[in-house]
Amino acid sequence: MAKVLIFIEHAHGKLPKTSLVAIAAGLEIAKKQGLDTAAVVLGKGVDAVAAEAAAHGVGKVIAIDDAKLEHCVADLYAKAVAGCAKQLGSTWVVGAATAAGKDFFPRVAQLLDAGMASDITGLNDDGSIVRPTYAGNVMSTVSIETPVKVVTVRGTAFDPAPKAASAAAVEKAALPADATGRMRFVSFNETKSDRPALTDAAIVVSGGRGLKSGENFTTVLEPLVDVLGAAMGASRAAVDAGFVPNDLQVGQTGKVVAPQLYVAVGISGAIQHLAGMKDSKVIVAINKDGDAPIFNVSDYGLVADLFKAVPEMADEVKKIKAH
Amino acid sequence: MKILVPIKRVPDPQTNIAVKPDGSGIVTDNVKFVINPFCEIALEEALRVKEQQGGAEVVLVSIGPKVTQEQLRTGLAMGADRAMLVVAEEELDPATAATVLKKIVEAESPDLVLAGKQSIDDDANQVGQILASSLDWPQATFASKVEFSADKKEVTVTREVDGGLEQVAFALPGIVTTDLRLNEPRYASLPGIMKARKKELKEVPLADYGVAGAAKVKTHKMAPPPKRSAGRKVETVQELVGLLHTEAKLI
Repeated sequence: MAKVLIFIEHAHGKLPKTSLVAIAAGLEIAKKQGLDTAAVVLGKGVDAVAAEAAAHGVGKVIAIDDAKLEHCVADLYAKAVAGCAKQLGSTWVVGAATAAGKDFFPRVAQLLDAGMASDITGLNDDGSIVRPTYAGNVMSTVSIETPVKVVTVRGTAFDPAPKAASAAAVEKAALPADATGRMRFVSFNETKSDRPALTDAAIVVSGGRGLKSGENFTTVLEPLVDVLGAAMGASRAAVDAGFVPNDLQVGQTGKVVAPQLYVAVGISGAIQHLAGMKDSKVIVAINKDGDAPIFNVSDYGLVADLFKAVPEMADEVKKIKAH
Repeated sequence: MKILVPIKRVPDPQTNIAVKPDGSGIVTDNVKFVINPFCEIALEEALRVKEQQGGAEVVLVSIGPKVTQEQLRTGLAMGADRAMLVVAEEELDPATAATVLKKIVEAESPDLVLAGKQSIDDDANQVGQILASSLDWPQATFASKVEFSADKKEVTVTREVDGGLEQVAFALPGIVTTDLRLNEPRYASLPGIMKARKKELKEVPLADYGVAGAAKVKTHKMAPPPKRSAGRKVETVQELVGLLHTEAKLI
């Protein structure tokens, strides 16, 4: 019996913060509804990640280890997760609102004839759900009307599930025979970086169109990013202009982040960018236009030429860190 | 090749959205409505495929109030061949919209459905995937590049995913949903607008699809998000870093 099934995404043999947030949301649903939990891990060679998932408070872990699951291909993954939910009699299926979760969870919902709420940020005691709509300008309260309910969870909405006192059991399961797909994985061009992932980082420094070129991201912004030990992000304008790769985009249609410190450099603060970072604990804005909307949400605003201010800031931070 | 492009009428993304005081919806007075930007990118891609391949037909479909004719006319003016409007005065949840689209796909038998990854009102990001699953079709979401094999039977799609770019391939029919950087949609030309007046725009009542009461998700209330207030302006970088160190204790 496991009524709340939590899908565990993993990368490079580890659980990203978003998966721990999905566990936290699943545990909260289970607590509110008086249900038990299970996590499901899919992939090739998943023993380590299954063990890690088992350490964070779930009732048990189902691990499906199959070469066909090496890459997250939507039709196959949806069938595997839906099959698992059916077998366990799950009434809730929970995943993270990551690129993968957004991609295949609606298929899970369809296969289970379930309603789905995307990118949820809150759970009410009456079973209703809160999720942002209209690029974060509206918080909608919704209810899922079907016996089985599927949700993806915004990575900033819950504190990651901490380690539990004891680890749950890991059960191996086989990919159901009827789980076949018509999609073929071709390649993955990973953006290599030694910096923390955007959605995991305690500090994020993002650049906008004000940086003027991709080269300036490297020469002007990166020294500040690195002295702060931060992740680097960007506005949609900067990504659209080709300054940096798409996976750095922070905003409603990109990544949603809520770090301890968010530094917006040369970003005007379009609605859709604010939707991706306004839950950050402390926001710093550096922009030469004192009327830019980013200053309406920033805790500390500096009206200055970024090409002068950013190198200065890197130097100041270095001085403090040297003490 | 036949390409079906579902589009949605949404408030202009540049609009400041306000919630009605009673929480029943958003204020729509004086709000301009447009084709959802991701749907517009899907239409542009369909038109490019048509131009490259010749002989392709681009069919637009929308589910929405009668005024959605405006957005369909715009799409026809951009170059779509014909359009269909399922007249629905109230908003459908993603699963119901996908059920209607499934019936249209079964009637039209397109080789490819090109859709936006999400609409910028409900931000659900579900319809394309649910539609694909209900047909047991392959899908490629968040597309930034779409390439066809020489025989046009297979498509390879570059997808914007966490940590980089992924490529998937599948044999048609299938569904592709678009991300922002797939293309830059064209504007309707004046001759295009003239031609669009004569193109077919068929209206069908929602009742024909038998989806009454089928909503799987219901919206009960809308509220503005908690407001974040502006903090202070600082004069110098030294002051800024000092405050981050001593007051915010983040450095």
